[in-house]
Amino acid sequence: MNSKELIARRVAKELKNGSLVNLGIGLPTMVANYIPEDINVMFHAENGIIGMGPTPEEGMENKDLTNAGNGFITYVPGAVSFDSAMSFAIIRGGHLDITVLGGLQVDENGQLANWMVPGKKIPGMGGAMDLVTGAKKVIVAMTHLAGESSKIVKKCTLPLTSLRKVDLIVTDMAVIEPTEEGLLLVERAPGVKVSDILKATEAELIVPDYVPEMIV
Amino acid sequence: MEIISVKDVTKYINDGDTLLIGGFLGVGSPDAIINEIIDSGKKDFTVVGNDTSFETNGIGRFVKENKVKKIIASHIGTNPETQKQMIEESIEVELIPQGTLAEQIRAGGVGLGGILTPTGLGTVVEKNKTIVEVDGKKYLLEKPIRGNVAVIKAKKADKAGNLIYSFTARNFNPIMAMAADIVIAEVEEIIETGKINPDEIHTPGIFVDYIVLGGDEK
Repeated sequence: MNSKELIARRVAKELKNGSLVNLGIGLPTMVANYIPEDINVMFHAENGIIGMGPTPEEGMENKDLTNAGNGFITYVPGAVSFDSAMSFAIIRGGHLDITVLGGLQVDENGQLANWMVPGKKIPGMGGAMDLVTGAKKVIVAMTHLAGESSKIVKKCTLPLTSLRKVDLIVTDMAVIEPTEEGLLLVERAPGVKVSDILKATEAELIVPDYVPEMIV
Repeated sequence: MEIISVKDVTKYINDGDTLLIGGFLGVGSPDAIINEIIDSGKKDFTVVGNDTSFETNGIGRFVKENKVKKIIASHIGTNPETQKQMIEESIEVELIPQGTLAEQIRAGGVGLGGILTPTGLGTVVEKNKTIVEVDGKKYLLEKPIRGNVAVIKAKKADKAGNLIYSFTARNFNPIMAMAADIVIAEVEEIIETGKINPDEIHTPGIFVDYIVLGGDEK
């Protein structure tokens, strides 16, 4: 299993039956492939739909039916489409249960930076600031390291996405929960030692006596 | 409400106008009208839209063809030309969180003096903005956005200008339909007035000034 699949599988276990879920572009989108069979969720996309279904078969695409990453989609029974104000009323108004986003950095306050690298990459925040500010639960799904640098840092050096403390960080090495006391190490990836995680993490971690291995 | 040819749209558009343009990465963008405006040679627009799409379609073409002096959008990452021109400072880019942008345009159309949102607090978005506290919670005051002209796309219109959109091609279109002095809607089909059930209309025709029948669509 590669590291992205591991992260996506572990995040999928966080989804509860009946949840309304928004998956970010890239790695977070992979979560949809690993949802347990007994769990039913509805997917929201910020371009204006609840009830996204899988990618259509070739030749069956509808030019007006896409996800927020411009990929063609289908829809499931019970789906509903709406305009952008409604889409963000759902997000900002606290009606979205879970958002899963990628990250560039998360710090000891649990704050996320994921939308720009000054002077290098300025794609814009799109819906990310609203998602992190408004969703009931924010899960960051990202690799633990960028090259050799830790993405879990003492203080974000990149511009913040929101002041909001995220709820869970899932990486290819660990599951970490930002708490009032600091970043709590909750689980370690299969075969990864706590000492490996500490070495790969710039931020201070709270390490309980027993850190179970992720079940994926 | 008047049905006009796409050739006539530029009569209502002037150099330097603020244009609200519908679409999300080109889905639900009025491409026939966009192409006509670009071909007309008019320029120096401020363009307000969700994103700058790709270089080849939607708002992306305005950037590629150097018709824009300022872009107000939530995302420019899919169009390298926008980033290039921003870095060269040949265009000004104002990035706004997507939900805030939607509500600013809505505010512009519905007679509100602005909106209060928690989105962007404590980030670079906060710069030069007023923070308002309501019942102990902080919000950013975001001002209304209006256009001289809104150029939008719908699936279907009747001859009274009532509009129906299709799936995720709806996005910013109905919001922009309320927020400009002149509203021009490109549609794929025009049907007789009375043939649409009033309950199924998304944008009331009173918002729409001109309807254009678009070109061949996939």
